[in-house]
Amino acid sequence: MSKLIKLRKGLDVNLKGKAALETVSVKCPGEYALVPDDFTGMKPKVVVNEGDTVLAGDALFVDKKHPEVKFVSPVSGTVTLVERGDRRKLLSVRVKSDGKQQSREFDVKGDIKAVLMESGMFAFFRQRPYDVVANPEDKPKAIFVSAFNSMPLSQDFSYVVKGQEEEFKAGIKALSAIAKVNLGINVAQSKTFLNDVPNCEVTVFDGPAPAGNVGVQINHVDPINKGEVVWTIGAEEVIFVGRLMKTGRVDLTRTIAVAGSEVKKPAYATIKVGQKLDTLLQGQISDESSLRIINGNVMTGIKTSKDGYLAAHATEVNVIPEGDHADEFMGWIMPRFNTFSTHRSYLSWLFGKKKEYVFDARVKGGERHMIMSGEYDKVFPMDIFAGYLIKAIITGDIDRQEALGIYEVAPEDFAIAEFVDSSKLELQRIVREGLDILRKENA
Amino acid sequence: MKALRKLFDNIKPLVEEGGKFHAFRSFVDGFETFAFVPNQTSRQGCVNIHDAIDSKRIMSFVVISLLPALFFGMYNVGYQNYAAAGTLADSTFWDLFIFGFLAVLPKILVSYIVGLGIEFVVAQWKNEEIQEGFLVSGILIPMIIPVNTPLWALALAVAFSVIIAKEIFGGTGMNIFNPALITRAFLFFSYPSVMTGDDNVWVAQESIFGFGNNLPDTFSAATPLGEASVGNAIPCETICNAITGLIPGSIGETSVIAIALGALLLLFTGVASWKTMLSVFVGGGLMGWLLEGVGGNQLEWWHHFVLGGFAFGAVFMATDPVTSARTECGKYFYGFLIGVVAVMVRVLNPGYPEGMMLAILLMNLFAPLIDYFVVQRNITMRAKRAIKK
Repeated sequence: MSKLIKLRKGLDVNLKGKAALETVSVKCPGEYALVPDDFTGMKPKVVVNEGDTVLAGDALFVDKKHPEVKFVSPVSGTVTLVERGDRRKLLSVRVKSDGKQQSREFDVKGDIKAVLMESGMFAFFRQRPYDVVANPEDKPKAIFVSAFNSMPLSQDFSYVVKGQEEEFKAGIKALSAIAKVNLGINVAQSKTFLNDVPNCEVTVFDGPAPAGNVGVQINHVDPINKGEVVWTIGAEEVIFVGRLMKTGRVDLTRTIAVAGSEVKKPAYATIKVGQKLDTLLQGQISDESSLRIINGNVMTGIKTSKDGYLAAHATEVNVIPEGDHADEFMGWIMPRFNTFSTHRSYLSWLFGKKKEYVFDARVKGGERHMIMSGEYDKVFPMDIFAGYLIKAIITGDIDRQEALGIYEVAPEDFAIAEFVDSSKLELQRIVREGLDILRKENA
Repeated sequence: MKALRKLFDNIKPLVEEGGKFHAFRSFVDGFETFAFVPNQTSRQGCVNIHDAIDSKRIMSFVVISLLPALFFGMYNVGYQNYAAAGTLADSTFWDLFIFGFLAVLPKILVSYIVGLGIEFVVAQWKNEEIQEGFLVSGILIPMIIPVNTPLWALALAVAFSVIIAKEIFGGTGMNIFNPALITRAFLFFSYPSVMTGDDNVWVAQESIFGFGNNLPDTFSAATPLGEASVGNAIPCETICNAITGLIPGSIGETSVIAIALGALLLLFTGVASWKTMLSVFVGGGLMGWLLEGVGGNQLEWWHHFVLGGFAFGAVFMATDPVTSARTECGKYFYGFLIGVVAVMVRVLNPGYPEGMMLAILLMNLFAPLIDYFVVQRNITMRAKRAIKK
């Protein structure tokens, strides 16, 4: 029996539009894009020219500092555009699919790390501290994988992994050649094969969101101290690695959840990393009303449009109303029956946990200094004083950030705290900027 | 509602940067966010959905929880005046209440106009939104002063506390001391005669618009706590009146029942921390019990809860989230020490019959130190963990 860790702190928000457990097929559109910004903390160097033909698994750009870390094309076809923005910043590299899906063959026998770097799989690793693309020169003390996502409207990995169990196990086996692998699963998953995956240490987590965050799991299993490095990788990305190990080919096909109150038929869809979202959302959302399409989870994902491309790490696409013309009258005193709040001055506590809520993207208040105390701690299941850490980041006090445990956190760990914050501070952005500054200082 | 929306949409361009009435931006903005929940949506890289709670709603609920004590305070102002004049039997409930209302209203108005006026100016100057903190302070201030406090002194004290105790630190959320208590402390030390001086400050002395009675200049009434401090025994009946609130005292602090109603709402909505509130009573009760009978002290331990501003301070002042301890563990120590110090000042210091205000202000100062120890434990734990590896 695996070790069970119970978490009390956290919050499950019940949103309308959860994905039904069925997979719809999505047409493969012509154009794909790989976006360097999805791989945080990396400076890209383009290695293809417009007009080149590429196979799936051929590098489109590499990391300037570590050119051996490659970022590869998900499909075979022709490079149509190397999109650049201000100061020639690389925005995306676009590939027009030839529809044949020919893949480069990799020899998977050699050094596993080299194989992963060459085939673009290494790009999916992230490291703590700093929550950036992993540095291949580091020796991580462990690799952490979370097999469940506890955020609202998120992908159910137990469903996704069905039929791909062997690939998942093969992926974990490959990772275990690099460092010790820790797998975090939830209580429901402890009755499936995930509880007995070989080559890794399995821990069961029982608790509300963000229990599925790998950062929370690291904090409870094997916390990061100064000078230590831990790598993390998404559960579905482990399947990518497994596929590579079994076939020698790169196949970046995901089964994502298309969910949210504005999706007509919320369900799962198979789609490749970098695929254009319009085919996915065709007929699924209304054209008239103002919507927010989120590349990733409603809590942590980034706003995009129909013309966006599936982000590298996104395991779901959520669509909610934008709400920029809501004009709610006297919100400070109205009962607001259909509005969710953790606060007892609203009536959500009366309706129980079963009621599903429609959320729009409004902040619903003005930004203030931190006024209430203990708000973050209630939904922050780590032994870290979240409020004090945020203050240390705002004031730029690096010694104090270190002392309070900044090396253990990633922006996503603050997502629920940011959701409940009555002062409406942008915690994830604050943490991201803090980590970036810290990384520069420590470099 | 639509007309109102249209009105704001029409006015807005005028107050934007470069508009004709730009000087009123913070004012218009304040009223707009008051009428409508802001339509601003979350930015890139932030959480996409938000809990509906915001500081406006929190502050509004604190104000609501203060209303029972405020309304009872108004009634009691009338009651004390009519009782002193001996005309209680001939008057109706509404006579008492309306007199009290008329006596208290100018104080509320002065407090809000002066305080919010400064807030609007500062928000305009710093190009920020209005911060709601003063909505609460503005109603607290009239409730913790004697009814006879002159309006000019009140205006001066409010201005002092908003500027010196709050705005120079950066506004709501950054202040060290509770602004309402600083207002009271300012009056207390700068104008002692209008605050406690001759015991003639606790009962309204002049009739207003035909309501109430003119009391003779020589009239004086001490608070029960004042009586106790000079060694007089407190009769049982007074203690009963102190629970209902029919004793002389600061406007909002007398009725334990009305305060308890507010406390229930605060605790239920989670705006105030039960840890702080409970600890104040535990600390005060323990100290009261230890000091029973010391130096001619005639009060039993629980008398401290019902007399003076103890209950009011414990419920509404000590639990101010900004100036109290911010760590959950620290709140126990913070509250406990407030109770201890308040009763200590009451019993052992003959100069001050009431110690609640000073106890809370003192602990406001020490709250960061308490938090420091709590946070330091976490830091030490982390440092040790790193060495052990």
